[in-house]
Amino acid sequence: MYDAGKVIVGLVIFLALLTFPTWYNVATGKATYVPELEKAVKGDQCVADTEYMRAEHMDLLNEWRDKVVRDGERIHTAPDGTKYNMSLTMTCLDCHSNKANFCDKCHDYLSVDPYCYDCHIIPEVTK
Amino acid sequence: MIEKALSGDKRYWSWVGFLAFAIGVGTLAWFRQYELGLTITGLSRDVTWGFYIAQFTFMVGVAASAVMLVLPYYLHDNKSFGKITILGEFVAVGSCIVCMLFIFVDMGMPFRTPNVFIYASPNSVMFWDTVVLFGYLVLNVIIGWTVLGAERKQLPPPKWVKPLIILSIPWAISIHTVTAFLYSGLAARPFWMTAVLAPRFLASAFSAGPALIIILCLILRKVASFDVSKEALQKLAVIMTYAMCINVFLVLMEVFTAVYSSMPEHMAHFEYLFLGLDGKNALAPFMWVSSILAVVTLILLLNPKTRRNESILAFACVALFVSLWIDKGMAMIVTGYIPNVMGVVHEYMPTLPELLITVGVYSIGALIVTILYKVALTVKKNVA
Amino acid sequence: MAVDRRKFLRLTGLAALGVAAKPIGILAQEDIPAEISGKLPQENPLTAKRWAMVVDLEKCRDHENIKDCAAACHRVHNVPEFDNPKDEIKWMWEEDFRHAFHEQEIEHLPEKFEYTKVPLLCNHCDNPPCVRVCPTGSTWKRESDGIVMMDWHRCIGCRYCIAACPYGSRSFNWRDPRPFIKETTPEFPTRMRGVVEKCTFCEERLAQGQIPACVEAAKNDAIAFGDLEDPNSKVRELLRERYSIRRKPGLGTHPEVYYLL
Repeated sequence: MYDAGKVIVGLVIFLALLTFPTWYNVATGKATYVPELEKAVKGDQCVADTEYMRAEHMDLLNEWRDKVVRDGERIHTAPDGTKYNMSLTMTCLDCHSNKANFCDKCHDYLSVDPYCYDCHIIPEVTK
Repeated sequence: MIEKALSGDKRYWSWVGFLAFAIGVGTLAWFRQYELGLTITGLSRDVTWGFYIAQFTFMVGVAASAVMLVLPYYLHDNKSFGKITILGEFVAVGSCIVCMLFIFVDMGMPFRTPNVFIYASPNSVMFWDTVVLFGYLVLNVIIGWTVLGAERKQLPPPKWVKPLIILSIPWAISIHTVTAFLYSGLAARPFWMTAVLAPRFLASAFSAGPALIIILCLILRKVASFDVSKEALQKLAVIMTYAMCINVFLVLMEVFTAVYSSMPEHMAHFEYLFLGLDGKNALAPFMWVSSILAVVTLILLLNPKTRRNESILAFACVALFVSLWIDKGMAMIVTGYIPNVMGVVHEYMPTLPELLITVGVYSIGALIVTILYKVALTVKKNVA
Repeated sequence: MAVDRRKFLRLTGLAALGVAAKPIGILAQEDIPAEISGKLPQENPLTAKRWAMVVDLEKCRDHENIKDCAAACHRVHNVPEFDNPKDEIKWMWEEDFRHAFHEQEIEHLPEKFEYTKVPLLCNHCDNPPCVRVCPTGSTWKRESDGIVMMDWHRCIGCRYCIAACPYGSRSFNWRDPRPFIKETTPEFPTRMRGVVEKCTFCEERLAQGQIPACVEAAKNDAIAFGDLEDPNSKVRELLRERYSIRRKPGLGTHPEVYYLL
């Protein structure tokens, strides 16, 4: 390899810069920050358990979307027999009515920008 | 090999710099379009495909025309094309990329384009067009690069490229045929719904493409002392001439069928193109220029004396290219929408941002071709 | 954009490894106490083997009537209203007879039709060219009832369907529609710039057991809606009694919107 020294130094600098945000967050203690989400205003249970919803809600929503739009199926039956309307705005946001303190808080933290609400209309916050 | 594109004289770098500038301007204009939507173009509810799709259609033809160099060289063993075949293949590479970019900038949801593969729909001609265009790009990149690499080592090209080269010939025909099918299969647009659309696209491609290659050869001879034989240029000129004759013939077939049958929905489009309809005639002057240029080039090219004069040939190539570009790159697509499905005339004119984006896309293509040509010519020079 | 990107990466990367999305049933807790959600959709939706619409042109001479129908449609579907006709989006609109039936090359028209405004909308063709050309399956004919559907999550905005539609029934969102929606109906989504939209025969209302908004708004039963496969339906009855025409039947699209003369 030509200029091995220069290449290796360059790579090290590149890696250091690339991983800088991680080091920075560890050093400043920000790495342990977890956003606190507002509890649902009504209902004591979700369509699935919290752990699943936290990790996989986007898949669930995609599945609901495809079922409603493409297959014309609108009712989701949970394993315990509870029936739900497969609707982001009418079911999810009915309980989690404060989008800003629920959806956005976590999405902002993770720096993801789903565009659901570019089309779906956020219902007025019910107190 | 690519490093050969990194050393060049001042002229080379100013040309690259100029292209980079044009690309930058085009990109900025595209950012604006992405932000605000296609409303910043001249497109409307009535004319929903315009300048971008027209450029796409035209450039598919240019891409396909590489076959006019490949076929004589590899199938007919026409030695004089040996030196310039690579130029055709690299133009095809640049053109394919330009085509894809024009589709990309025309999409309402450009970042959803992978959906064409994720939800592959074989019933849609657009799906097949994407497939053949991608395939043709890959074929030409592999063939061009391998053959050039072998030439650099002064070895014959590896055996496995030959089948690919043979495959690239029908593949070239397919890209423009499928592109014509995009339009000719639509009952809603009588202007496009003609069986001669695919043959006509091919004929115009096989004249506009070689015209571009001749122009490029003449430029390269001047600026890069690329020594292209007179014989090769003349052969290419003959191919171009025949293709242009067939193209003009097919256009006249279309006009005859529409006018003699007098079916209003067919005739209205031609009326709009050449005379104007309901007092609207934005395209008519261009179409007359295109027609006059076509006649002039045919006179100059069919006459061996004028064709053999390289300055006249150069002029004829430019005139032919402009004539076909007006026909396909301006009129062909838009006129399918004028008059609209309800017989109403709503015209279309591209806007400034639309033109800037178009120039940007073409500049990307020109930059790719410049770099590839630089590599190819340097390799050829070193070998010689 | 993030959803697209994620989906794309997953499809190209993870899917290749065979990691498919897990069905939710397995993961959901089994001992959740049953509680019925109060906002279920109607359990008795309107269904048909083949939805069709019959428009009585005799009753379309009252322009306000057709205007009201279109307005009702646009209101419930959050269809924007642009100042610049270039950007226009319409699901239902009125057109004069000569333009609506342009292929008839009408020379002499009874006076009553000179003043008739024809309501135009998606014909929900039995052989829809828009569906044939769509490269992503974003528009498709629902096999159960023949409605030509739209999936705005999937549309790439190539506008091939607009080129293929012989009726001008499709509109493209040239710009963000939201600022141009007068009153928003929260139950129905808006669209975003870059997708194609059109009438869907109010499939979302049918699912709730409601008739299409335009049919509901039409005075004097100007528009009938029903099952074409059912010989006893209102639409079949009308088609038996009166002479009807369809737009550009010669193209083989089999439009399912009929106009009574």
